[in-house]
Amino acid sequence: MKLTVNGNTEEVNVEPDMPLLWVLRDELGITGVKYGCGIAQCGACTVHVDGVAVRSCQMRVGDLDGEVTTIEGLGSAEKLHIVQEAWIEHQVAQCGYCQSGQIMQAASFLEFNDDPTDEEIDTAMSANLCRCGTYPRIRTAIKTAAKNIREA
Amino acid sequence: MGRVAKIARRTFLIGSAAIAGGVAFGVYAVKKDPDNPLSADLSDGSATFNPWVLVDSEKMTLITPHGDKGQGVMSSQAALIAEELDIEFGQFETSFGKPSPAYWNRAFAEEGVPFMATDHGFTAETMRSIMGGVVKLLGVQGTGGSTSMADSFDKLRTAGATARETLKLAASQKSGVPVGQLKTANGAVQLPDGTELKYTELASLAATIEPVKDVKLRDESQWRLIGKSMERLDIIDKSTGTLPYGIDISVEGMLHATVCVNPKKGGSLNGFDASEAKQMRGVKDVIEITDGVAVVADNTWRAFNAMRTISFDWGNATIPPEQEEHWATLSDSFKEELLDSTWRDDGDAEEAFKEGASFSAEYRSPYVAHAPLEPLNAIVLVTDDQVEVWTGHQLQRQLQVLVAAITGHEQDQVILHNQFMGGSFGHRLEFEHVKQAAEIANKMRGTPIKMTYSREEDFAHDFPRHISMGRGQGMVKDGKVTAIDLSLAAPSVMASQGGRANLPFPGPDSQLAAGAWNNPYNIDTYRMTAYRAPELAPTSSWRAVGAPAAGFFFDSLLDELIHEAGADPMEERIRLMGHDVSRKVLETAAELSNWGSDLGPNRGRGVAFVESFGVPVAEVVEVTNTDSGIKIDKVWCVCDVGTIVDPINFENLVQGGVVFGLGHAINSEITYSDGKADQSNYHMHEAMRMYQCPDIIVKGLENGTKIRGIGEPPVPPAAPALANAIFAATGTRLREMPFNKFIDFV
Repeated sequence: MKLTVNGNTEEVNVEPDMPLLWVLRDELGITGVKYGCGIAQCGACTVHVDGVAVRSCQMRVGDLDGEVTTIEGLGSAEKLHIVQEAWIEHQVAQCGYCQSGQIMQAASFLEFNDDPTDEEIDTAMSANLCRCGTYPRIRTAIKTAAKNIREA
Repeated sequence: MGRVAKIARRTFLIGSAAIAGGVAFGVYAVKKDPDNPLSADLSDGSATFNPWVLVDSEKMTLITPHGDKGQGVMSSQAALIAEELDIEFGQFETSFGKPSPAYWNRAFAEEGVPFMATDHGFTAETMRSIMGGVVKLLGVQGTGGSTSMADSFDKLRTAGATARETLKLAASQKSGVPVGQLKTANGAVQLPDGTELKYTELASLAATIEPVKDVKLRDESQWRLIGKSMERLDIIDKSTGTLPYGIDISVEGMLHATVCVNPKKGGSLNGFDASEAKQMRGVKDVIEITDGVAVVADNTWRAFNAMRTISFDWGNATIPPEQEEHWATLSDSFKEELLDSTWRDDGDAEEAFKEGASFSAEYRSPYVAHAPLEPLNAIVLVTDDQVEVWTGHQLQRQLQVLVAAITGHEQDQVILHNQFMGGSFGHRLEFEHVKQAAEIANKMRGTPIKMTYSREEDFAHDFPRHISMGRGQGMVKDGKVTAIDLSLAAPSVMASQGGRANLPFPGPDSQLAAGAWNNPYNIDTYRMTAYRAPELAPTSSWRAVGAPAAGFFFDSLLDELIHEAGADPMEERIRLMGHDVSRKVLETAAELSNWGSDLGPNRGRGVAFVESFGVPVAEVVEVTNTDSGIKIDKVWCVCDVGTIVDPINFENLVQGGVVFGLGHAINSEITYSDGKADQSNYHMHEAMRMYQCPDIIVKGLENGTKIRGIGEPPVPPAAPALANAIFAATGTRLREMPFNKFIDFV
């Protein structure tokens, strides 16, 4: 079957019930998307499908209907996304394993709401677990990113 | 009993062999430095000056042997070298290096000795020095116990300085300019006429010069990097999804595996039926391993899926099967024959309590999982000549030993490519996952095997934080606390962990009582007794090890006594404090949190102080009792590590430690039924999510005389500070974690 990931068309020969997460990681070698829990409890596997954040561990590749963007497609060191810039400015990451998912969740959220309240940030981000406890910095980085989006 | 006699009776980690059995090594063996591992495969024209610096004509490489599990020590180690070497971030590469005795951890000795961190007396310092010798002799390389900065601070600056001075010698030879007229900056030696000789240009000449040994480290006033916020070297990669963790590594020809080991702890595998699994797409093999089964497939998901179809006949657990039995075992362990040590015995407790205590209470701390977000994994490739391992690990040399024992190779034939770790919290001090990958790979020699735990397997075989039970009593008089007497019973986490690591652990376990005996209070009567319960579920060091449990008991008990006395929780702690650096920590917390100001209705604040790993930490927590439960509003955390290497990373780690301590105290425990962990994934062991996360104000002080690490110390005071705040707000005293068994949280 064919899918579009980060603007590239990819052909994979897999079972339709294989989760998108594992198609990306093991079949296509796109490893910015992470396996954490497998049951949509941690958010480490968050990617965008047509710009909307989804948990790729719960998305059967056969049900996929839209273009996939992973953290690698959001931005790169040479061309950072505004959310990634904020993450670097505030040095959010500790172990960093959850941060791809956090950034993808935040980027999608800010597309819908670029002037969020603290409560709205908490609601949008609480399904993404960070075992290192970087939540205070994630909050700050989201506010910075929101401000930069509004001023862009 | 005299102090030295007490020490001899206690003995301690590894050092006990030296103390009890005569010092088994000469001064020469200890003074001799292990060989530089970088010399072994040095190419022509490359220079290495010590085990941490490698320069060739193309680039400079700094070896940062302490594992990075998120605490940022790759950057911090590099910064310490760069400070003296006069190179800038962006001018060098880093490597975790290969396992070597040259990377022995000097600071491991500190926590192993039975002395308070505030004790700098002759005996304490002598014992630390002897322990240091033992650790060096054994070549114990490792990351843990918040030791990375303490171990590295002088050592890596010296490494940078010796490399710099040797490069200056090379420049002097090349230019004819005397060394005294040379300066260094930006990765180059500067001649008086302004000419720059890049270190990389000097490498081949420097390689022929005996490295300079005696160097003087720069004064604090000259530091360019230390003490200033740095941009972590991994921050861009971690923000763009491009940093590979162990789980992301791919090796040519690799197959994917997963394992299922008897979830009934310690139980064997009696039999299994994998007939369906073997027919499934992509499945290459199903292999029996120690107490379990491995599925090898062409991708991870197919291995996971096939595993679910296998039926198992599991033997019974070798631990007490039901959780209540674990608690009952602890309850029965407060007896003389299980005495591990009386860690503190100030004043005369028998006299103080002869007419009974004015207060007594019992406390409990549960098993808790580490559950780092990157599930445990390892790639192993076994050939007849060698074994290669790709994984992130904290005890590199012990990993070699244990893998070699499985494959029949020598230790130095095991090549570890250490990786960035997606968290650990202590779990990556363990070896079972690596051993399992080695078992599979050994049966499939020539094929690289990437073994990945499912999250469920990770929970089932997490070696959790030990359970612990505390019984305390105290006396108050004239509005003051006059006596505190805490006993606790717990299985020894160090013995459990050491048994699996092949590291002997004789003698009392200082971690059983850590956080309870070592607080530098001057209380008329202060007794702390630890009983070692029989081993129950196998356990492992969980961020801050003993202090999250024992510190919770001690500080909660003290808080209760202060309330009994009718004193103010902050003022009485300050009054009792017998250590200037720690008193300043408490006073600063009081000042920052505006302690004593009116909070209004339904609100409360609590303070806790726990010293762990030599770091005094005070936390103040403010809560509101809302209609939908307790809301944590704000936390202040003040600590003293002597010297803060990177302020922004320091703040991040302290905030994270507070979140870790609070979150698990609120809602996380591992319990056992039929010998199996009841919790299988994050929905049953959640810790903190963002909606519960308070504002966390961090203040680092630098009054202490020794540099200390900050990875663990912010964790222990979080739980008692929260419990004390909840008591202040509601009148409900929480004596057992997790707190959500007794009270609702927003």
